Amino acid sequence: MQVTLKIFRYNPETDKKPHYETYTVEAEPTDRVLDLLEKVKGEQDGTLTFRRSCAHGVCGSDAMRINGVNRLACKVLVQDLGTNRITVEPLLGLPTIKDLVVDMEPFFEHYRSVKPYFINNDPPPKKERLQSPEERARFDDTTKCILCGACTTSCPSFWLDDQYVGPAAIVNAHRFIFDSRDQGAEERLKILADQFGVFRCHTIFNCTLACPREIQITRAIGEVRKAIATGRLD
Amino acid sequence: MKTHQYDVVVVGAGGAGLMAALYASQRARTAVISKLYPTRSHTGAAQGGIGAALGNMEEDHPEWHTYDTVKGSDYLGDQDAIEFMCYQAPDIVYELEHMGLPFSRTPEGLIAQRPFGGHTNNITGKPVRRACYAADRTGHMILQTLYQQGIKHGLTFYDEFQMLDLIMVNGKAAGVVALEIATGEIHIFHAKAVILATGGWGRVWEITSNAFTLTGDGAAIVLRKGLPLEDMEFYQFHPTGIYKLGILITEGVRGEGGVLINDKGERFMERYAPTVKDLASRDVVSRAIYIEIREGRGINGQRYVYLDVRPETVNKYAAIDGRTRPDGSPYVVTAEELLAKLPDIIDFCRTYLGIDPVTEPIPVQPTAHYAMGGIPTNIKAEVLADEKGTVVPGLYAAGETACVSVHGANRLGTNSLLDIVVFGKQAGIHAAEYAEGADFEPLPDDAADFARAQLEAILNSQGSERIADIATEMKRVMMDHVGVFRTAEGMQQALDKIRELKARFKYIHIDDRGKTFNTELLSAWELGNLLDLAEVTTISALARTESRGAHSREDYPKRDDENWLKHTLAWMHPDGQVELRYKPVVITKYQPKERVY
Ligand SMILES: Cc1cc2nc3c(=O)[nH]c(=O)nc-3n(C[C@H](O)[C@H](O)[C@H](O)COP(=O)(O)OP(=O)(O)OC[C@H]3O[C@@H](n4cnc5c(N)ncnc54)[C@H](O)[C@@H]3O)c2cc1C
Ligand code: SF4
Ligand code: FES
Repeated sequence: MQVTLKIFRYNPETDKKPHYETYTVEAEPTDRVLDLLEKVKGEQDGTLTFRRSCAHGVCGSDAMRINGVNRLACKVLVQDLGTNRITVEPLLGLPTIKDLVVDMEPFFEHYRSVKPYFINNDPPPKKERLQSPEERARFDDTTKCILCGACTTSCPSFWLDDQYVGPAAIVNAHRFIFDSRDQGAEERLKILADQFGVFRCHTIFNCTLACPREIQITRAIGEVRKAIATGRLD
Repeated sequence: MKTHQYDVVVVGAGGAGLMAALYASQRARTAVISKLYPTRSHTGAAQGGIGAALGNMEEDHPEWHTYDTVKGSDYLGDQDAIEFMCYQAPDIVYELEHMGLPFSRTPEGLIAQRPFGGHTNNITGKPVRRACYAADRTGHMILQTLYQQGIKHGLTFYDEFQMLDLIMVNGKAAGVVALEIATGEIHIFHAKAVILATGGWGRVWEITSNAFTLTGDGAAIVLRKGLPLEDMEFYQFHPTGIYKLGILITEGVRGEGGVLINDKGERFMERYAPTVKDLASRDVVSRAIYIEIREGRGINGQRYVYLDVRPETVNKYAAIDGRTRPDGSPYVVTAEELLAKLPDIIDFCRTYLGIDPVTEPIPVQPTAHYAMGGIPTNIKAEVLADEKGTVVPGLYAAGETACVSVHGANRLGTNSLLDIVVFGKQAGIHAAEYAEGADFEPLPDDAADFARAQLEAILNSQGSERIADIATEMKRVMMDHVGVFRTAEGMQQALDKIRELKARFKYIHIDDRGKTFNTELLSAWELGNLLDLAEVTTISALARTESRGAHSREDYPKRDDENWLKHTLAWMHPDGQVELRYKPVVITKYQPKERVY
């Protein structure tokens, strides 16, 4: 089948402002959108620029807006879109560096701000710290995050004010707050209770819909809020 | 041009690079440069597990792990290095756990373990549960955990900086030339010690489990510096990649009881490996699949077989094999349990194949997966310059790009994640120690000239060859002739083709002449690396007139210990000639014997 791709283009060295360019490619219904982008770059226009690495939805490189929705280009097939006209644009809310490549640094800054690492100041045992399968299951969902940015850049609260830490940072805080081995919950909850923390979330659910790892983000945010409100982690 | 100075520069931020940096930074000013944002590294794609004889589920010993690895390597692995790695394994897995790594757990709260190919109880010969796992996302958890520690300890990262060249002064490593991808600016990282942890080069082949970015940059740069690469002919094809796409389906699926089925509905591994069957080591299983396909037993006569992990199939064969749970009861799985243990695999199949592995079998074919060969190193991760073991001062390598050699002719599953953390740690410790006692070598004025000239040659080329065309032709010929089965004739054909492609590469045309995020320019440069590695692989393979591990020659089907129990070292001279020399295998306890599973 033939697919028409309308792609957001911007080269800071030559363009005053962004524009769209249209390409037509021969595609299989089972092709990934990433395959089509590769095809355009390889066969028609080598200047088209985007990030990609793993090509199967585990590295988080290629989150972009595809027909208006944040997705990984490698995890959406042409047939999933139900049309042969595909519009591809960079993530919203982050500065565009070139074409589909955005500056992720503001996103990572928020991520780093929530202490996204294991905190336990007791001397470790000789072997593993014990954790029951139930305790492990408590935070399983949020361990899946690949930091693709699809959630945060789909969030109206983040668009409105980019000082909001955003769903991805909360997801990564949640991963530790509810880990029975971790001792840093209090510090993180304090950070997230801040004016740019969890209370900016208006449960719009865009993040949950955008997440390619199907993390129940809104639920995780709710759990963090509840922990702040009650001071308890159950 | 900007210049930076660090005691230790680590290139690569996958498992190996991050582990190296965490250790180096404890004693030395350290920077990590990576062409990908660290968490995009392909370590994150690893699924099944990391091997360590913890014995959490049943009896196991580092000694058994050592022997299995030696045997898996088809006796080409260096036994001192293998023993070192397998005895370090339990402590390093505990260390990862102490960093917060969320392993799956046993009912007692211990790290959960599953069987994997080639890992056995050395008394019964039956599969042993040695792979420590976090569902089917073990690599993701390792990568995330190490990166989180990097943030915690304030490591210095240069993300999206691509190394283009290694600076050597007076035979010592003195730094790295890198391109800042966002700006196109060249940076020089002046260092006392350099650690290369740039990963593998699966992109040489058409069907691969490897990321677009696995282009062997570090190995190709070392080769260009006049240093050798070791055992390049040994490249692993994983038996179960998704048909046509190459996306990996972890061996953990067979560990959980999945079986391979041909067009006749037959569980054919019974014929090839009567004891461990579907859990034989990878080279054995990949060859079996190729033979089935060649003899017309691929599904519907096509180039794939089925991997069947439907509960009814699993339970049927588990009963036939007499498989039991740790408590001795018969092994029975439900769809829910499979979903909990293999969530990502099930998701991949749903997304890319539109099938549900719980109700339908998965179409699979062997996929180019892992480089056993690479930059020669010793146990301290020091890079070696020749067959005598001469150390290159200040230069270290670890992870898939290195060859220490713990995998020999064939790597066992779970041993790479182990390798990257064990030898990443060694690299970090020893590079920092070296840097403490060393001075900075003076930087030559022309340090960046070679890298700059390489890029300019691509930018100024007057030809019309496209990157995609050359890459496609290379991948195809390597898949057909330097893949699972090899012959002199086929490999010669491949070599001729690669040389033709190298000539055509000089006339490459790129559209993008800008400085900002010029990924086309970098892809062209990476293609140059892949071509060099393809050539060295083919020449090393042509010379080795025997079959061993992953190197399987139809014209020399037998292992030949008398002539070939040795490592290949390959140099590429400035005129493009490749020279091969050899060095002995380190054998301590285990004399080579025939390998049966
Ligand atoms: C799908 C899949 C599943 C696997 N499953 C398992 C498993 O279950 N168990 C197991 O033991 N092994 C497994 N493996 C193998 C194992 O994951 C890899 O061998 C290992 O992760 C490699 O780690 P690394 O740190 O050496 O390289 P990588 O993680 O590949 O990292 C390479 C790093 O180098 C950087 N880099 C590369 N070139 C440059 C350059 N020019 N300049 C700057 N930076 C550069 C990259 O940015 C990246 O950070 C699997 C492999 C694959 C592909
Ligand atoms: S929570 Fe989901 S959408 Fe958000 S960064 Fe993580 S993986 Fe991406
Ligand atoms: S390329 Fe890795 S997530 Fe899409």
